[in-house]
Amino acid sequence: MRRLLLALALALALAAPATAVMPDEMLADPAQEQRARSISKDLRCVVCQNQSIDDSDAPLARDLRLLVREQITLGKTDAEVRDYVVARYGNFVLLKPPVEGDTLLLWAGPFAVLILGGIGVAVWQRRKPVTAADAPLSDAERAELDRLS
Amino acid sequence: MQRLLFIAPIIAFVGLAGFLGYGLTQDPKQLPSQLIDRPLPEFALPGIDGPVLASASFRGEPRLLNVWASWCAACPQEHPVLERIAAEGFPVYGIAWKDKPDDSRAFLARFGNPYAGLGMDQAGRTAIDLGVTGAPESFVVDKRGRVRFKIVGPISPEQWEGEIKPLMQKLRAEA
Repeated sequence: MRRLLLALALALALAAPATAVMPDEMLADPAQEQRARSISKDLRCVVCQNQSIDDSDAPLARDLRLLVREQITLGKTDAEVRDYVVARYGNFVLLKPPVEGDTLLLWAGPFAVLILGGIGVAVWQRRKPVTAADAPLSDAERAELDRLS
Repeated sequence: MQRLLFIAPIIAFVGLAGFLGYGLTQDPKQLPSQLIDRPLPEFALPGIDGPVLASASFRGEPRLLNVWASWCAACPQEHPVLERIAAEGFPVYGIAWKDKPDDSRAFLARFGNPYAGLGMDQAGRTAIDLGVTGAPESFVVDKRGRVRFKIVGPISPEQWEGEIKPLMQKLRAEA
């Protein structure tokens, strides 16, 4: 049993978070590689759509990772690298779309629903009739109660 | 007022359901192209057995640029349509995307070669510049080298007849 637990613990320890980035893709400079990783995490893999290029094993995702690293080594800033990819694939390639005219509904929608819901609840509360629960019993009710008890 | 409060959530629900239902009919894989009405990105790709295919040569007449590969499953299905387009006198140019030259040659030997010019994009950089997400994809390029239309996936005979051919005829008539 102890051996089994030990084996399990070892297996868990070795199961480092899997990443699609291959050693041959990585940049020599750790700071630049770190920047490449963080940019890649925000870029959608256009083939698999719900993965970032940092997570995806698709060949096109690999090409885009290499492209991001190439642009970094050319001295581009993070924003410039992102713009470079957006110029080719559009805002769709960003996992977090920017706040713009056509994404306003996306960003403001949840707050609008919250506010409308709040107004609805407030109106509903206000209109609720005052309950007569605390009113004293009428004579007829009292007589009925006496009869039952 | 009471009635309105009762009906409003139902109207809101039906509206939302309709909106989401419409979303289900859309294909999320169809991405709008960034290139429409913009010049073709610059490239100069080595040919397979011919001259270099350069973006600068896309001038003077409307052309169809087809991104394909021998490994692409839908390309053999699209190929007869490309041959028909070429036979009808509309120039078709090809970019073999991330393909080995020998594989491309074997594909063309088997299915025929409709391409007036063919470039090899083995690194896949030109495909990225074109915003390609998968093969096949095709671009209609006008006389001045601007992209006017993009087709994702294989071109069907109906799409050629009904959509692309009329567009290319119109582009031919353009100054």
